[in-house]
Amino acid sequence: MTLRTVEMALATPGVDAAGTPTRIPLGISDGDGQYREDLGAEHMLVNIGPQHPATHGVLRLVLELEGETVRRCIPHIGYLHSGFEKLGEYRQYNQIIPLTDRTDYLSPMANNVCLALTVEKLMGLELTERCKVLRVIACEMSRIISHLVWLGTTGIDLGAFTPFLWSFQERERIYNLQEAWTGARLTTSLTRVGGLMADIPEGWEEGLREFTRTFPKTLTEVDTMFTRNAIWIGRTQGVGALTAEEAINLSLSGPMLRASGVDYDVRKDRPYLDYETYEFDVPIGEHGDIYDRYRVRLEEMWQSNRILEQALDRLERLKGAPINVSDPRVVLPPKSRAMGDMEAMIFHFKQVMEGVKPPAGEVYMGVENPKGELGYYMVSDGTSKPVRWRIRPPSFINLSSLPTMCEGALLSDVIAINASVDIVMGEVDR
Amino acid sequence: MTSGQPEPVPGTSQGPAVRRARPGSLSSSVAALRDAFGPAIERHFMSSGQTVVYLDPNRSHEVLAWLKDTPGQEYNYLTDVTAVDYRDPERPLEVVYQLRSLGRKADLRLKVALDKRVPLEVQSVYDLWRGADWLEREVYDMFGVTFVGHPDLRRILMWETYAEGHPLRKDFPLRGHFSRAEQTRQALAANPEAHYSLEELSIAETYGELPKEMQERLARGERGFLK
Repeated sequence: MTLRTVEMALATPGVDAAGTPTRIPLGISDGDGQYREDLGAEHMLVNIGPQHPATHGVLRLVLELEGETVRRCIPHIGYLHSGFEKLGEYRQYNQIIPLTDRTDYLSPMANNVCLALTVEKLMGLELTERCKVLRVIACEMSRIISHLVWLGTTGIDLGAFTPFLWSFQERERIYNLQEAWTGARLTTSLTRVGGLMADIPEGWEEGLREFTRTFPKTLTEVDTMFTRNAIWIGRTQGVGALTAEEAINLSLSGPMLRASGVDYDVRKDRPYLDYETYEFDVPIGEHGDIYDRYRVRLEEMWQSNRILEQALDRLERLKGAPINVSDPRVVLPPKSRAMGDMEAMIFHFKQVMEGVKPPAGEVYMGVENPKGELGYYMVSDGTSKPVRWRIRPPSFINLSSLPTMCEGALLSDVIAINASVDIVMGEVDR
Repeated sequence: MTSGQPEPVPGTSQGPAVRRARPGSLSSSVAALRDAFGPAIERHFMSSGQTVVYLDPNRSHEVLAWLKDTPGQEYNYLTDVTAVDYRDPERPLEVVYQLRSLGRKADLRLKVALDKRVPLEVQSVYDLWRGADWLEREVYDMFGVTFVGHPDLRRILMWETYAEGHPLRKDFPLRGHFSRAEQTRQALAANPEAHYSLEELSIAETYGELPKEMQERLARGERGFLK
């Protein structure tokens, strides 16, 4: 025994002097206290999470490994289950909006918009022009911040630290705009049925204009850093690939589906908020691997920037236009009128005490969220609280493809594949 | 709920900013389904411009497979599987399938009404769409509907030993059946080995409260993965 091995044995707990790990059992006992020499030594169970930083939240994975190859991947979820759907059945429609903030907390404004659109579709409301433009801005800002988080954290998972700082700097600028508009950075609760909680403050457009002017510089830098980077390509190309048929069969949506070559974007195929009148392209991947998912998300940020520019142009024409529908049964009358005008006060009272009452019926409304298709399925019985509020969670359904993608991959690829799904556990567990 | 459009919204005729949205038209798949399956298609109605069709619970798998594979229907994408429990306790629980044809850009919602007086069972569509895997597990977890033919029907959001029932059923109270104290008691009474390794237990403050047998094993220095 050399001095070096002795030092190693002392320095490395769990390894004996010969360098053999002692903590991993070499055999399995059937409970009779007798070890049988190696039944399971070829396959090893490894637990990752729920508090592992690379699982992007409280996701727990149990992996069955053969050497370094993953033979089976069993995800365990539910650590963040909050029962939002149940809670929604006890809330008035406008009171559900704060719950949507907390599902996909990386794009709260887009969730708010989806909920309002669902109830409005149930009621058959037609929105004002300015409201639609502002909601488009909210959705596209959300897309950019959500993709920036994805870009930064995935970069970190694969060993790239600098783009993380760049993306979080840019994200901070949007968060500042969000704060100026809604008063909150995370729990925005931006929309109300029939309109918005508030119009944008004076001079806010200039802030966003400045962002759309300077944001492409960061995107170009990220592009330079990643797209032709040998390490990035080596870690992502051909890893976790899904064909178009598989992606459709697994009900994937959003960038996950499009990276596999399926041309489906809710904004194009079932337009809402007049998305059909904006000029933008939908990036489609070819190989369905992590690299293509990266390319799709990066391009989507360029396209979102394009949509933001167009929306800002429209906003200029709509200066001073109303943001809410004019029906006092749907939207709260202004406080100044409610204090002086009898009728307005009655409507104010009814609104606060009872809330909006959509007719009996049901509706499914899907929107293109950064993670994929977010859908709210709402069943109303004509009262002010829904019978059922179902969230079709894109993260949850995309995550269900993880075992398929991980089988046969290497342990280190599991981290990359999991990152490429772009999950947010608040939405997976709801 | 009957056929036709929902009731008009009060006040929609006032003010120029509030107008009725364009109503959608009935999906052409309804007529095709009635031709192909006759009595297995129970009734249909439209709500907010979307078509809803009720299926015979015993033939739902057959109808869904037909919708997926028949040329002209091609509902190749399963958007969602969920369920609805109505406030009226007499009303059956409904399992809801949202189908979409990516090629034709068409949607269809199908429902299976399950009588709550008998065990809730419906055929799994796992073999048609792998995406149904977690969706059906969630419906099982939250509503207690058994999907016959699902290969791995376990709870998904609640833990596997959860004994309080199915949270999204209307007879389940918002706070749960058990008090917080009862939940804590049960969690503490659960076998600690189920959650922690022996190594972790040996350094825990509660060492003295562990079962005698476990203390002995720890004293013998046994470590790691034991049955």
